[in-house]
Amino acid sequence: MTFGRVLMRHVGVPNSTSLAVYKADGGYAGAARALQMTPDDLVELVKKANLRGRGGAGFPAGVKWTFLPKDRTVTYLCVNADESEPPTFCNRVLIDSDPHLLLEGVLIAAYATRTTVAYIYMRGEFCEQFHILQRALDEAYAAGYFGHNILGTGHNLECYIHRGAGAYVCGEETGLIESLEGKRGWPRIKPPFPAVEGLFRKPTVVNNVETLACLPHILTRGLDWWLSIGTANSKGPKMYCISGPVNRPGCYEAPLGLTCRELIYGADFGGGMRDGKQVKAVFPGGLSMGALRGDLFPKPPDGKVDPKQDYDELDCALDFDDVRKYDLLGLGTAAAVVVPEDADIRDVLLNVTRFYAQESCGQCTQCREGTAWMYKIAQRIRAGAGRRVDLDIIEETSRNMGMIPGLSICGLPDGAAWPIRTLIQKFRREFEQRIAAQEPGAAQSLIRRTNAAAYELPVLHGRAVQPAGGTFATPLDVAPPR
Amino acid sequence: MSWRTIDRRTAAEQDLGPGLNDAVKEKIRSFFPRYPTKRAVLLPALHIAQDALGYISLRAMRELAELLELPPSAVLDVVTFYTHFWTHSRGRKTIVLCRSLTCELMGGGRVREGLEQRLGIGEHETTPDGQWSYMTEECLAACEHAPCLLINEKLHKGVQAEDLDRILVDPENDHLDMPRSTLFDAPAETKP
Repeated sequence: MTFGRVLMRHVGVPNSTSLAVYKADGGYAGAARALQMTPDDLVELVKKANLRGRGGAGFPAGVKWTFLPKDRTVTYLCVNADESEPPTFCNRVLIDSDPHLLLEGVLIAAYATRTTVAYIYMRGEFCEQFHILQRALDEAYAAGYFGHNILGTGHNLECYIHRGAGAYVCGEETGLIESLEGKRGWPRIKPPFPAVEGLFRKPTVVNNVETLACLPHILTRGLDWWLSIGTANSKGPKMYCISGPVNRPGCYEAPLGLTCRELIYGADFGGGMRDGKQVKAVFPGGLSMGALRGDLFPKPPDGKVDPKQDYDELDCALDFDDVRKYDLLGLGTAAAVVVPEDADIRDVLLNVTRFYAQESCGQCTQCREGTAWMYKIAQRIRAGAGRRVDLDIIEETSRNMGMIPGLSICGLPDGAAWPIRTLIQKFRREFEQRIAAQEPGAAQSLIRRTNAAAYELPVLHGRAVQPAGGTFATPLDVAPPR
Repeated sequence: MSWRTIDRRTAAEQDLGPGLNDAVKEKIRSFFPRYPTKRAVLLPALHIAQDALGYISLRAMRELAELLELPPSAVLDVVTFYTHFWTHSRGRKTIVLCRSLTCELMGGGRVREGLEQRLGIGEHETTPDGQWSYMTEECLAACEHAPCLLINEKLHKGVQAEDLDRILVDPENDHLDMPRSTLFDAPAETKP
């Protein structure tokens, strides 16, 4: 592979977090070049580069900046470093080894949007990363890249790190804004979009860490270099994360359009599965984007794929467009977790549903109740007391939550419904086998153990019950009391 | 998650818990110029208060409310939303165990069982000697090192159930040795 690392070029370099090392490698040259341009030219350049947001939704950053009202006086820039999507860690790797790249991106984005105050919203679990970034910021302030009259251009920028406190929903841009304002991280109803009315009711831009880290490279290496990387609609390098039982878990950089198989088996990437196991499932873009079937389900030898049958989906290219052909929500964070062949799919479902039930913020009814309901059903299936109808209930629930049916404020329930629905649909055969292998009557006996009163209701067996002995609430298989 | 009700209005003086000293309040005030409103200082203030007290006591909530010109209910509202903040006292070291999908696939469940068995406590509880508290978190964003756990500020990577004995007896297991800026820096000796 001839592609040289760009975003991750300082990973593994000793002392790479210091300003001296960063500047020796051409650091802050992009910012110096940007400050020579007018802000409007800079926005135009980023629009031409078609830099799509790396945070998950893939919205072009340059277009986002043009939504800011022309006559604004105050603008805020928020940097989304609240990387909470399991199993994503590319922002952590970036901050760990190259904090100045992020800070230079902040400087460029702030200049382009004429912002004078930037907040870096960093998740509370990042302790080491906070100290690294804060030290880098202190250094950059001392060197005159932040503060008043930056590099003699008359542009001012204050940058603060704001620590979150453990809430997944604060990675949503309006949730992040609410949290920055000192409230619970409840996403806001849009419109007004943050570009019009965001932080402290002023026009606000929210960008992801990795998006901003691309900006210095676009400026120093030029537009042609940038447009030569990636596929037609997805330009530029991307940091891919791979975790789970593979030989080389970690974060790897590649042009957009890497296939899932390459990510797992490529010698430069995941390096194959541990102990030669096969892949049962992959979540290729963070949990929220849905699941793919692995090579445990081989394609038919003639290469014709029947979508109704189980088949290997690892040929999915991880860019912004191809993923949709495989019933995924989007590229997401391009962080793959591999489920090996010996994992129980019920455990996976339980973990995924628990995550969303825990992290739903509780504003919208279908998300708060739906995620909790699906978690309860997953617990029941895991306890060996599932019914086939439970799978249909989960699937129906997941189709009735989120922004796509137009029911919620933010995208969290879509991100919850998608992996759960794709798990049920793509692995239905295994779920049904597991349910068929349960002890007969397990579902009923679990209900009887956990809630005896509910069992007394005469409709539980799915048919109306004639009360025996004249009492309404006599259980079916228990002799009436004398 | 269940609702925990706190009788804040009629809580006796001795049940309010520790308050904030002047140095902590001064540190919180130093964050005021960063934000256009005082309310926005609430999250940094809660971090500072928790670093000083170990948790957010009722008295600290009242004092923060006074400092930031908020109703005390607004402070409680925010404290209970974020999982990082504790509303009851915790031990000297807090273990945060990751339970994301990757960690569970890599053996996190066994780590969790081993930890609960060794400490003899459940989630959000503290050992009787006041040494350990324990909670789980959805993802610590260190999935390539799964399974992992965080002791105060220090991340332990690739922890298997057999490693727990070694980690728990290590006196330096919560010591993150790195140069740091003085901001938000929690001096370990002020923790109860």
